[in-house]
Amino acid sequence: MADVIIWLVAIPLVGAIATLLLPRPATLLVVATGVATSTAAGLLLYSVAIQGALHYEVGGWTAGLGIALRADGLSALLLMMVALVMLAASVYSSAYFKEATQRERFWPLWLLLWTALNALLLSGDLFNLYVTLELLGLSAVALAALGGTHAAVAAALRYLLVGLLGSMMFLAGISLIYAGYGTLDMAQLAQTLAAGPVAWTALALMTAGLLLKTALFPLHFWLPPAHASAPAPVSAVLSALVVKAAFYLVLRLWLDVFADMVTPTAANLLGVLGAGAVLWGSWHALRAERLKLLAAYSTVAQLGYLFLFFPLLQALPPGAARELAAGGLVILALSHGFAKAGLFLAIGVIQQRSGHDNIQQLDGTAQRLPATTFAIALAGVALIGLPPSGAFLGKWQLLAAAVTSGQWLWLLVTAIGSLLAAAYIFRVLGHAFGHRPYPNQPVAVACEEWPALLLGATATLLLGLASAPLWTLLEIGS
Amino acid sequence: MLTAHVMYGLSGCLLVALGLRTTLLHASLLRRVLAINVMGAGVFMMLIAVAYRGLGVPPDPVPHALVLTGIVVAVSATALALALARRLHAEHDNG
Repeated sequence: MADVIIWLVAIPLVGAIATLLLPRPATLLVVATGVATSTAAGLLLYSVAIQGALHYEVGGWTAGLGIALRADGLSALLLMMVALVMLAASVYSSAYFKEATQRERFWPLWLLLWTALNALLLSGDLFNLYVTLELLGLSAVALAALGGTHAAVAAALRYLLVGLLGSMMFLAGISLIYAGYGTLDMAQLAQTLAAGPVAWTALALMTAGLLLKTALFPLHFWLPPAHASAPAPVSAVLSALVVKAAFYLVLRLWLDVFADMVTPTAANLLGVLGAGAVLWGSWHALRAERLKLLAAYSTVAQLGYLFLFFPLLQALPPGAARELAAGGLVILALSHGFAKAGLFLAIGVIQQRSGHDNIQQLDGTAQRLPATTFAIALAGVALIGLPPSGAFLGKWQLLAAAVTSGQWLWLLVTAIGSLLAAAYIFRVLGHAFGHRPYPNQPVAVACEEWPALLLGATATLLLGLASAPLWTLLEIGS
Repeated sequence: MLTAHVMYGLSGCLLVALGLRTTLLHASLLRRVLAINVMGAGVFMMLIAVAYRGLGVPPDPVPHALVLTGIVVAVSATALALALARRLHAEHDNG
């Protein structure tokens, strides 16, 4: 069953080339590619649950020389999230881009982005991670520029420069690691790394590069313009998946590879930056005038919560409490992925149907687009962290870990952040439910409204009510 | 003792620092693209220095492979950055 790993990279890559060469049946090709990739992701998740972690050596070359791919519980779960979000956003994109020429430019990049995400989540060595990070960055920048407006191109260019700077720092860290330890395989490094100046500098360089890419406060400055000016399905995927890919790498480095070297001070630093992100991002989301900007600032805040877990996980001794907290981190990340993608798709529907995304002028939206408004509410439940959403479980574990380890500050930050989130979501809903007599307008088609609704429901209902197996899966390490 | 490969490595570090400084401090777009490339060259020099295994011994091929891949990535990324920058300039000239 280990072969399914390579299918997850090969299918979207072949799909990307096919849509480039055959633009006419592209939509059909994307549907086939999407369904096949999602099936592969499901199969992988099933195999990991049954057999444990999987390994695959591309072309039969052993690790060190060849490319080693591996999947454990964490990567299988994230791959499943990527598949579901990309599938829903693909369906939405087929309705979002009205002109054939737009779709011809969009599909190859879209599938390339999917390939890069899958390859990144499966990579077992640091250099391969660098290459996949660059693939991801380049396709994400090209997609973000597709809007074609001056603001979109300027934001995409800034996004590219920031991304390149991040990758260069990551690569500098890699060269130090290779100089010091002679290997880039993450599993081997986890055993041989020793605390010292080389490993410290490498970790600092790689982390700084990744924090830039994952837009942790105060390195978030590039995210709101880039995410707010991209086409709606692209914004959805950038916010839900692309920043999370860099976060996944921080998680791998700090909790797996460099786990023995992380000191409380370093972990607290990440926690403080996360707290800054929660407060700053939530406040700016509340003050935003446009829906897309609100969603983008909300992404800055939601990523902050994930970093609050680092000092807590560092303080908790290995055991049940730590496992619960780690599971809380993952479910919060998954829940945000689905909810934010759903929110951006719903905003896209509103923007296309009303011609604007100005929050002040949303009155009557609930009458005209009830399903989309419901999708925003569902996503909002998960963003605030109300029960029964997956985010509620995640924040519950965050609070429990904060109480257990006596770090009360994070509890306060989470409470303020959640209140601000409630305020910015209800501000949108308050306007959307405002009464205003509107002339009858055609209702949106199912392809536009359903993806957002399903993503919101996944974040709020599925992850909240059926997430117990998640903790069992996460115990499957590589 | 300051041998050749140590000098290579240190110059690489210097180039990384110079590139990083300009990327962060200068607003000019072209300068920043160039600075990121200087930084890349520094990282590549560090990797080449890492490959040295002593006189008469063939160098470690893995860092060389990394540098080759890195150059391909850097060239593609620079091309994309320049294409986007041209697009911005064209719009400035027209509007």
